[in-house]
Amino acid sequence: MVETAMPIWEVFIRPRSGLPHRHCGSVHAPDATLALQAARDVYTRRGESVSIWVVPSAAIIASDPNDKDQLFEPTSTKVYRHPTFYDIPDEVGHM
Amino acid sequence: MYTQALNTKDTSDTSRPGDSARLAVFQATIDAEDKIEANDWMPEAYRRTLVRQISQHAHSEVIGMQPEGNWLTRAPSLRRKAALLAKIQDEAGHGLYLYAAAETLGVRREELYAQLLSGKAKYSSIFNYPTETWADIGVIGWLVDGAAIMNQIPLCRCSYGPYARAMIRVCKEESFHQRQGYEIMLTLCRGTAAQKAMAQDALNRWWWPALMMFGPSDTDSIHSADSVRWKIKRFSNDELRQRFIDATVPQGLHLGLTFPDPALRLDEASGHWQHGEIDWAEFKRVLAGGGPMNAQRLAHRRQTEDDGAWVREAALAFAEKRRQAKVTRVAAE
Repeated sequence: MVETAMPIWEVFIRPRSGLPHRHCGSVHAPDATLALQAARDVYTRRGESVSIWVVPSAAIIASDPNDKDQLFEPTSTKVYRHPTFYDIPDEVGHM
Repeated sequence: MYTQALNTKDTSDTSRPGDSARLAVFQATIDAEDKIEANDWMPEAYRRTLVRQISQHAHSEVIGMQPEGNWLTRAPSLRRKAALLAKIQDEAGHGLYLYAAAETLGVRREELYAQLLSGKAKYSSIFNYPTETWADIGVIGWLVDGAAIMNQIPLCRCSYGPYARAMIRVCKEESFHQRQGYEIMLTLCRGTAAQKAMAQDALNRWWWPALMMFGPSDTDSIHSADSVRWKIKRFSNDELRQRFIDATVPQGLHLGLTFPDPALRLDEASGHWQHGEIDWAEFKRVLAGGGPMNAQRLAHRRQTEDDGAWVREAALAFAEKRRQAKVTRVAAE
């Protein structure tokens, strides 16, 4: 028996205050209130979280894996964006 | 293991032009120990193998709640009851992590669930045995979860990212399951003669089914080559079974129990415990639906699904009503 599909929600949890929310999985739920409840039951049974976000999966816009090189590869040649690219004499000390 | 019914080779060919180049990238990614992610290109056979493996694994977690639930209201103390309830909740959670991982491959949970309820999809043979006494709860934690851990630790390095991440979560939680089971056994074995006899009886009944969890012997396992190449499977059934036996036999001896295998002996030269022949006819019978509890497990699952249908319908209807009310309110403003 396949019935009406429950909407899917992506779950993000903040492990403790000061840290960002991180994606941890998904749940099925008819609305946001129940999605939060399900996320709490499924992903935080052992004190993993102090805060939960749920977002409708359909609302996530992702980059195309095929564009990976085009999007991210150019940065690997821009070594001058890193501090170690620049030579500072030892006698100047830590900079 | 939880996916021991995967003993069929996927032979259908759905390749398209340009796939050979993509296949080379795919295999190179795996060979480099990188992960394949949900949106990456993958061969259809890889996708299908994973859907079947992950969903069988999920079904096993879900059905696995039943044998333990049988003792929930009869746990001997509040401490044991709280631990058992937490363990059963974990099994539900594990099922959900796994269904979520399977869904990243483009199938719907409802479809997978329908396959379980129709009997089309399999789940581990181990859950088709009855839990006759409280000691069975101890043995399940110790042996069944112990065997599951042995199988699942290599799966944490599976090439498919969402599955590997789900397994990491599962493995962290399984450790408590095994320890609480062993503690139950320890308590029974240090108790009265009757309690110790109950522990021995449970071990006698569950030892061979636990060994069968690792699936057919390597000589009869026909699906492995692809799974090995794709780094879904890293160790053979027999390798994992041997590791489990080597780890478990000393634990049983520590309890002062004996194993129901007259051929079991330590091979001094190799350091491995050698075991007697497994009854593969029983394994096949139970997997095919002929175990003592198959019919009841599925009947119970279907009943639960039917009983809960009105709740899901009501919750969806309520969400829809709220959405409509919001649309009307916004339109009025």
